[in-house]
Parts: sequence; C-alpha cells; structure tokens
Amino acid sequence: MERQDDFARRREHLKDLSEEELYQRFWQLTDDIMSPLVDMARKYTSPSIERSVLLRMGFDSLQAKELVKKIGDRELLGKGAGHVVLKVAQEKGITVKEAGQALIDDRYWDLVDKHWGGGK
Amino acid sequence: MALDKDRKLNLEEIFKDLDQYRPRRKGWTDRKLLPPGTRIGPFEFYQASENLKNSIPLPAAHALQNIDPQPDAVITSEIASGRFEDDIRRMRMAAWHGADHMMVIRTTGQSHYDGLIEGTPEGVGGVPITRKQVRASRKALDMIEDEVGRPINFHSYVSGVAGPEIAVLFAEEGVNGAHQDPQYNVLYRNVNMLRSFVDAAVAKKLMAGARIAQIDGAHNANATAREAWKVMPELLVQHALNSRYSEMVGIPADMIYLSTVPPTGTPGPVMRMDLPYAVALRELFKNYRMRAQMNTKYMESDTREATVNHVLNLMISRLTNAHIQSTITPDEGRNVPWHYNSIHAVNTAKQALNGMDGLLEMVELKEEGMLREQAREIKERAVLFLEEILETGGYFKAVEDGFFVDSGRYPERNDDGIARESDGGVSAGTIIERDKDYMAPVCDHFGYNKLPADLDKPCDPIEQCTLCNPDKIKYIDELDEEDNVQQRMNSMEEHREKGMIRPEVEWYGDGWVNTHLFLPAEPRVAEAAALEWAKKLGMENPEVIHKQTMHPAEGTFLELKGQVNIDIDPEKLEIPEEEELLPEDEIRQEVKDRPMRVVAATVGEDEHSVGMREIIDIKHGGIEGFGVKATYLGTSVPLQKAVDAAEEIDADAILISTIITHGDVHRLNMRKLHDLCVERGLRDRIILVAGGTQVTNDIARDCGMDAGFGRGSKGHHVASFLVKRRRELEQ
Repeated sequence: MERQDDFARRREHLKDLSEEELYQRFWQLTDDIMSPLVDMARKYTSPSIERSVLLRMGFDSLQAKELVKKIGDRELLGKGAGHVVLKVAQEKGITVKEAGQALIDDRYWDLVDKHWGGGK
Repeated sequence: MALDKDRKLNLEEIFKDLDQYRPRRKGWTDRKLLPPGTRIGPFEFYQASENLKNSIPLPAAHALQNIDPQPDAVITSEIASGRFEDDIRRMRMAAWHGADHMMVIRTTGQSHYDGLIEGTPEGVGGVPITRKQVRASRKALDMIEDEVGRPINFHSYVSGVAGPEIAVLFAEEGVNGAHQDPQYNVLYRNVNMLRSFVDAAVAKKLMAGARIAQIDGAHNANATAREAWKVMPELLVQHALNSRYSEMVGIPADMIYLSTVPPTGTPGPVMRMDLPYAVALRELFKNYRMRAQMNTKYMESDTREATVNHVLNLMISRLTNAHIQSTITPDEGRNVPWHYNSIHAVNTAKQALNGMDGLLEMVELKEEGMLREQAREIKERAVLFLEEILETGGYFKAVEDGFFVDSGRYPERNDDGIARESDGGVSAGTIIERDKDYMAPVCDHFGYNKLPADLDKPCDPIEQCTLCNPDKIKYIDELDEEDNVQQRMNSMEEHREKGMIRPEVEWYGDGWVNTHLFLPAEPRVAEAAALEWAKKLGMENPEVIHKQTMHPAEGTFLELKGQVNIDIDPEKLEIPEEEELLPEDEIRQEVKDRPMRVVAATVGEDEHSVGMREIIDIKHGGIEGFGVKATYLGTSVPLQKAVDAAEEIDADAILISTIITHGDVHRLNMRKLHDLCVERGLRDRIILVAGGTQVTNDIARDCGMDAGFGRGSKGHHVASFLVKRRRELEQ
C-alpha cells in the first residue's frame, strides 16, 4: 500500500492525551496484538519444540532428531514426543533412555500404535 | 586451571575432560558499580564499576597514573572469526581491554538448520553454534574471567528453526545472554511466522528458567530500511511486540533488553534526530533494559568515519542510559571483523563512556521545545502503527500486508515493506496442535501440558530432566572427522610448537597484513597501481579495502590488504635489551636532593630544535619536569661553545641534538664532542648524550657518547639515564 504521510489528520484522537494516557494506550494495543499469538503458542507444538523436550529428557541431538522424525511420521507429535517415549518406558518397565533407543531401532511401535489407535 | 598472563591459552587444557565440565553459574551478571564520586587515580568517577585485576588501559593512561576505569555499562565484544579456537583468543584480548559480554556470531545458514549442529566445523562470518563450541568457550571464559577479575557473560543466538533446541543447549551450558526475537526469523530469515512464534514461546520460557538475558532483533529494521531514520515509529513497535510477547510467556521485564540503535548517520544532524528517538524509547520502555547498539547502516569502509559515528552513538547512551553498551568493529563495513578491530571497538566504548562520565551531573535534557515535540511525535506515530495492525486483522495479517520495514515514515507508506505469507516461508505447515493428552515431562516448558496430578516438578515422571540434573546431558564431541578443530590445529602444529611468528587478523597464522598508502593518482589509477605494487612486494591475494580521494588530481589514500606468508623465528631475532627506567618519583627526589645541570644544544649547521625541545620542556614531559636545570644554547651551535658552557656552569651532562646526517655529520659531531671533552680533561666526570632521528644507542656509544636516544624517546628516558649514569660515575 502506498500512502502519503497523513499523520496530522490521523493523530486527532491522540493529540490531547497526556503522556501517561499515551503510554497506557501504547501498551494496551500491544497486549491486544500479542495475546492471540500467546494463545496460539499455548495450543501448538513443533518438531523443534519436541526435540527440545527429548534433549531435556537426556537424549542427544541425533537421537532426538530420529525420534521426532519417526513420531512425526505416525502423526503423533500432538501427544508430545516425550510422552510417547515415556509411555513405552512405563509399559515395558524400562528406562526412558532404553525406550527411546528401542524406538529408534524400530522396536515397540506396536505398543505405541495400540495405545494411540494404530497411527497413520 | 589458572591462566598465566605470559602464556597463550592452551586448547588442550580446555578440551581436557570437557565431557565432565559444568558451568559455574547460570544467568546474566551486571557490573558491580562504585559509589558516585569514587576516586580512581587522580580523578573522581560518577558512573564507574569495579576495577579489573588485570587489564590494558588506554594508551594515554600512562600519563594519568595508568588508570583503567571501567564504566558502569557491560561492554560487548562481537566475536566472529569463524573458528572457535580463534574466537577464544579474541575473547581473552577483548576481556583485557574491558569487554565482559562476548557475543559469538553464528555461521551463515545456521538459522535454517533444522536441529542442532555438533562438533567444531568451520563457519562463515561466525561459528556453527554447537554443544562442544559452547561448552569449551564457557570453560575458557571461566579461566579468562578469573584472570581479569570480573564475570564475563557469554552470548549467542536463539533464532532460526531450531530455537527451542538451542535454548535448551544454552540453558544447560550456562550461556548468559541470547538474541531471541521471532520477528527477526519472519522478516529477515523468511522462517514461517506461525512456526517462529510457537517456537519462540518455548525458547523464551527456557531462557527465563536459566535467567538468560534476552536481546531483541529490532536493530535489524534499522540496518535494512532504505532510509533508516524514517523507521523510528516501527522500531518502537517491533521492540514492543517482542518485549510484551516475552513477558507474557514468562521472561521477567528486567531480563528483557532492547537492542536499540541510534538510527541516523553523519553527515546528517545525528544528535538532533537520534536523541528525541532515544528519549521516546526509554520513556515507553521504562520497565525494560537497554542494550545500546551502534549504527551499521551508514557504515562504509572508512574506519575513522565509523568510529566518529560510534562515539556520537555513545553520547546518546550517556545522555540517556544503557545497561549494555554494544560495540561494532570499525572495519565491519569492509570485511569480517579483524581481531584488533574488535579491541579498537571495545576501547572506543570504554574511552567515550569514561570521557562522558557524570555528564548528566552537569547538563540536562530540555523539558520543552524540539526534543519533547519530536519525542511525542515518534510515540504517536508508533501508537498509530499499532492501531492499524489491529484494524487490519492482527499481527500475521499485518506482516502479510507488508507493514514492516517499509521505507515510509509511518503513517506514510511506500509499498516496499517485507511481506510474508502465514502459510509460506521455511518450515511452513510444521506446527501441530497439541492433543488433549499432550504431555512433555520436562521443566521450563511453555504451553498446554497434561501432566499427572500432584507432581512436585514437571520432570518427576522421568526422574529429573537435564535442567535439574546436568549429569543427564548427553555430550557429543565430534561428528566430522575432517572438519574439526583438531584437524585445523594439526595443520599448523609445527608452526605453533616452534613459536613461529606470522601476521594475522582473523585466524592464527592467516598471513593477512594491511598497508596504508597514499598514491599521487586519481582513484582508479591509484587502485590499479596499489595492486601492482602489492604484487611486487610479494603479497598474495591483494585487495584494496578502502579508497578515499584526497583530491581528484593530486591523489588517493588507500588501504590494501594482502597475504604474506613469511614466518619469523623468534629464536633468531636479535632483540635489544629493554632499558629499565627509574620510577618518575625516584628521579624527582634524587634531582631535588642533589641538583643536576645540563647544557643542551642542536649542534653543527642544523636549525632543528623540535626534538631537543621535547626532551627538555616541562610541558612535553621533558627533563625539566624532573627538576633538571637545562641551559639551552639554541640551534647551529659549535661544539666548542657547548663544551665551554658546560665548563662554565659545571654541568653534569651535555646533550646534543644532531638531525642532519649528510656525509655522516652526526657521527662526526659525536666523536668530536667526545674528543673535545677528553682534551679538556672533563670526559671522566661529564655525561655525554646525543639524540636525533637517525641516532641509536649503539651508534652513539660507538662514537664515544654515553648514550644515544632516537625516535620515540621521551624526557623520562633521558632523565632516568642521567640519574643512573651519575650514580655510576660517582662509584
């Protein structure tokens, strides 16, 4: 969009605001713009977020990458990659690390599929 | 391991047991401020912090009791060699000059790398940020901070499509500061906007947990805009959006730093343009902190011009405030920053901040007039910008409509902004809605998380995450057998072990040198001539890196770089022994107790008097300043006359200056003076000293003098020698 500088006209509703009122308005508008983005961030995840969870669970970056790839292929990242690994560990009575490595080695996926409806 | 200041950093020591290394602290550290009015050397300071244990003061400090006052603001050094083994050497040098925030630039392309990089591959314009790189750098900085006696903050970037993973890495490894601003991804890296904001929330939450100071990316709007001063309203908007988003996801306000740049450049009236902007910014963002960046938009290859702009930027910092004072190397307009230019930049900041210490004790900004009116206008323009974002349908819609980085001064718009699609860009379509049973059993996670009830900590189900128990971190050393630090070190190992010396600007032994030259030719001819001259000198890959017309016809100033791979073996050098000077106070006391008289003259047919004046005059730090009584006989003085005068006043010494060297007349003069004094029976009780541009101590002593003083000699050198020599003669 092209537009001439129409500041003088546009500012009519601002020109009589005190500095404090202008300050409040500036931050209220900012909050209104950012709130929907924060709400979105609460509801969504991403491959990088899921890898960051696996790193925090003690996997290295290569393992995290493999696991998120495999879990993503089954469209189960919405469950949480860490959740999937933890579930396998709990069901098999093994450590989280062992469960992650097993999934990388293509073992125990039947258990994952069984729990979350077979995957896709 | 403690560093020895006379030894180079030992990489072997740093790599030893690196897999076991744990950072000694987490989070950002400010400087410890001294009370206003604290005395440092001969002066009182109002905006200083604690002195360093080891440091290198500014050159002129030697005349000011060698003080090295440290300003209140943390000072940043940009570290960008492209090799981490050279980065850490640069950090050590920068720390000695007063930097305590090491900002390591990432290699080109890392922001599009979907995952973490491991090992120590070589980068371009920065290093690949990896666990090994981060850990080894932090370990080196631990040693360096002990050496200088002040905590050092380590910093890099949490951006790109692997933001959350990098944030985990930084939280685990004790990184102290990081850039994080999803707008940067969206606008300049074309990373999908939904992905950027979703990732950013988790990354920010992780940073908050590790108390990592966050710096935003708004300064890039300034560097990208066609006319940077017009982008001021938008800069306020960008700062606000990231700051508030950060706060909403959990970063405390006092850990949120605005990367703020004075937008304008000289020859514009920068203070009048930039000061109202700086005031408006600091008023609106009073809850947050300021990281003052320097202008790079109007930076050409002239390092002098860049430095003046940066000093003007520093004046803005002093007239307002800055918690972190960033620095830009003066050569950034011409190449990847060279290490000595990084140091110059740190010194520019230190020098200017010290020079303007306490400025606001004496001057204040006007409460009415131009400054207030302009500040108000910038704020109102920013409010209008925010209003239109909402009217248009929110942030993502505004980005799609090209609201940002438009060259118009908002609300003026020129339809040349950076527009992105919300379903486009790198990693588009990669965010996934969290299901009702989504769970992430780890700490510092942002967003919906259906954890089992009654947990003490989110990571209880896995019995601690890496943030609670660092022993769980899995360390990868190297993945690439060829592209790693060991291979690079091996290639220069012999060189290093023998202690061979080769010039460098970026990497150890890279061979680059820079020469300054003036050629009496117009620029194009001068450039071609300079390159030809470089070839004849034996320089490889010569390149003119700066060119400035002094006059269209009379000539051109150039800076020329080239590689000269000549090694010097220090073992084979003949290095003259360093003369130890008596302390100034000791000389003064001795001359006070036992007065010293000298006769001084420029001898022969020689009208030069400047050199001798410098050695004598009190105002140049000459020997009079030490209490020595000097009888100056003038120029073109016959030697005979100098000896007569010395006898007459019973002088302790005769000082002659001999500049002209045709037919070795300087040598003849010295010999003749010696002979005359022998003839008169004075030689065993009078000290004879000669000086001049072509005189060296060796030449002078060969010619019968007690000492010779060449270029660069100061009164202190001569006074120290005179006192020492008189003691010897009396023994």
